[in-house]
Amino acid sequence: MANVLLRHRDIADINKIDVYKKNGGFDALKKAVSKMQPNEVTDVVKNSGLRGRGGAGFPTGMKWSFIDTKNWPHYVVANADESEPGTFKDREIMESNPFQFLEGLAIASYAVGANAAYIYLRGEFWQVAATLDEKIADMEKAGYLGENLFGTEYSLKIYTHLGAGAYICGEETALLESLEGKRGQPRVRPPFPPSFGLYGKPTIINNVETFTNVTPILANGAEWYKSMGTADSAGVKIFSLSGRVRKPGNYELPFGTTFRQLIYEHGGGILDGRPVKAIMPAGASSSLIAVDDKVLDTPMDYATVRTLGADLGSASVIVLDDTVDIDWVINKTIHFFKHESCGKCTTCREGNYWMKNLTERIHSGTGAQNDVDLLLNVAKQMQGKCLCALGEFSTMAVVTGIERFPQDFKKAVKA
Amino acid sequence: MSLEKTYPKEVKQILSKYPPEHKRSAVMPLLYLAQREEGYVNKAAMQDIARMLDITETEVASIIGFYTLYHDEKAGKYRMQVCTDLPCALRGADDFLKNLCGNLGIQVGETTPDGVVTLEAVMCLAACDKAPMFQTQGPDGIKYHENMTVDKTMELIDALKKSDAGVK
Ligand SMILES: Cc1cc2nc3c(=O)[nH]c(=O)nc-3n(C[C@H](O)[C@H](O)[C@H](O)COP(=O)(O)O)c2cc1C
Ligand code: SF4
Ligand code: FES
Repeated sequence: MANVLLRHRDIADINKIDVYKKNGGFDALKKAVSKMQPNEVTDVVKNSGLRGRGGAGFPTGMKWSFIDTKNWPHYVVANADESEPGTFKDREIMESNPFQFLEGLAIASYAVGANAAYIYLRGEFWQVAATLDEKIADMEKAGYLGENLFGTEYSLKIYTHLGAGAYICGEETALLESLEGKRGQPRVRPPFPPSFGLYGKPTIINNVETFTNVTPILANGAEWYKSMGTADSAGVKIFSLSGRVRKPGNYELPFGTTFRQLIYEHGGGILDGRPVKAIMPAGASSSLIAVDDKVLDTPMDYATVRTLGADLGSASVIVLDDTVDIDWVINKTIHFFKHESCGKCTTCREGNYWMKNLTERIHSGTGAQNDVDLLLNVAKQMQGKCLCALGEFSTMAVVTGIERFPQDFKKAVKA
Repeated sequence: MSLEKTYPKEVKQILSKYPPEHKRSAVMPLLYLAQREEGYVNKAAMQDIARMLDITETEVASIIGFYTLYHDEKAGKYRMQVCTDLPCALRGADDFLKNLCGNLGIQVGETTPDGVVTLEAVMCLAACDKAPMFQTQGPDGIKYHENMTVDKTMELIDALKKSDAGVK
C-alpha cells in the first residue's frame, strides 16, 4: 500500500514544491479555503476519527471545536518538540515530506480562524527549521501562504521557533510559556489552550504527525480515512521502532497492526535471533510490557494496548530482548526524567532525585535489601500528585519494571 | 558591539516573527544569535538582550540556565554531544562513548587540550534508529552525525582540528 504520510518513500523529490503540486499538493488547502466554511473543515476532521499523535490520542476535530470564538486573535501551534526517547517520526516528516505537514497546518489554521501559526521545534532540529523556513518561503512565493489566499479574505503566516533542549517543552502549556520567552514550565490547567493559549489567546496545539494527516483527510474525505485502522483508532500511524531489532526505523502502518508484525515483518526480528523480553510502546514514558505470544499478537491501537497495562502514546516502540536487565533500563529512564524534571513541583523534583539515587545504587549492585521496596514506594507515592504528566511518566517504567520483572531486581541487590 | 550592530538583518527578521507587544518571545532566537561567535552568551550580550526586550538581566540569565543548549561558559569550539539515552544505549552508545573517551584521552565533560572539542553525553536526539550518533554544536550551528563508529568520529575530529588551525 502506498504511504499516506511518508509519501517521500514512494514519490522522489516530493520535498520540492513543483513535484508536490503535481501530486495533488495544495488541492486540499484550496478546497478548504475557497469552498468550505471553517466549521465544515472541522467537521470533516471530526468525522474522520483522527486522534492526536503527540501521545494523548485526543480527538483532533473535537479539540478544534473547543476554540473560544469570543476571544481573538486565534493561534495554531505545531508541536515539533519531539523529545520522547524513542520517537523520531516528526523529524522524518518535516525533513522529507514538509509540504504535506505545512499544508495540514494551514488547513487547521483556516478551520479555527488563525492568521498566524508557529512551529515549535526542539533546538536540536536546527537544520530542520532551516528546511522549513525555505519551504514556507516557497509556499509564500506560490501564493499558498500570505495575504488573501486563493482570492479570499483569508490570510496566513507560518513561523518557525526553536526551543533549546528541554523535554518538558513538549508538554503543551510549557511549550506556550517557552514560546512566550519564558522558562518552559507547565501551566496549571484549566484553562486549556483552546480558551487560554499563546499570549492568553485561544490556541490549538497539535503534533506534527497530526497535521500531516489532515491534508489527505481533506483531500479524500472522512470515510476514506476511517476505512483504515480500527474502530477505536482510525487511520494510519507512524511507529518509531527502536532497540534490539534488526531494522530500527519508522514504519507507517494502519492501527491494528500487531506487535509481531511490526517487530518481525517490518523490523526484521531481534538481533542475534534472541527472544523479545519486554516492549515499551510509548518511549521512555511507557509502562514495561512483559512479552509472551499473546502480547506479540495484540493489535496496536489506543484501546487494545491499554488492556496490556500500558499506553500506546506516540507509538515509539522500544524493544528489549533477553540480554537486557530491567534494573539497567529503569536506571536509564530515571536518569532521563531526573534531568528533564522542570522542578516546578516538589513531588516530581524530589521524587526523581530519590529515584535516581536508588536506581543507581540498585543497578550498581550496592543497594541495600529494602532499596527496591523503597524505590517502588517512592514511585507510587508520586503518582497522582504531579502538576503535569512528566511526573507520572517518570514512575511508569519503575513501577511496572519492579512489579513485572521481580527476578531482575533480586540479582541486582547484592547487600 | 551590540547584537543589533553585529547582526542587523537577523535581529530585524527575528523581531518580525512576534507581535510587537510580545517581543519577549524573541529571547530564545536572540540568545542563539548571541552565542554564535563564541559558543556562549557573555554578560554584555545578556544586558543587550534584556534592554532590547524590556526584561531584566536576571530573567535572561534564568532562561540561559533553564535550557541546555544555551551556555554561559566557554567550552571547546565544538561541543560533541553523544546520545546515551535508552534506545541508543540498546545499540551500543555507552561503549561508543567510552571508546571515544579512550581515543581522545579525555573524560565526558572535558575539552581536548587544543580547545577544539568538548565531549558531552546527552539525552535522546530523535535519531534512535541511527545509533551510535551525536550532534556537534559549533559556530556553524547544530549538525547530526549518525550511524557512527569511533574511527569515523576520529576522522571527523581531525577534520575539525585542521579547519580550526586553518582559521587561526
Ligand atoms: C512531558 C511531556 C512531553 C511531551 N512531548 C511532546 C512532544 O514532544 N511532541 C508532541 O507532539 N506532544 C508532546 N506531548 C503532548 C502534548 O502535551 C500535547 O498533548 C500534544 O502536543 C497535543 O497534540 P495532539 O493532540 O496532536 O497529540 C508531551 C506531553 C508531556 C506531558
Ligand atoms: S510534574 Fe515535574 S515536569 Fe511537570 S511541572 Fe511538576 S516538576 Fe515540572
Ligand atoms: S536515544 Fe539516542 S537519539 Fe534517541
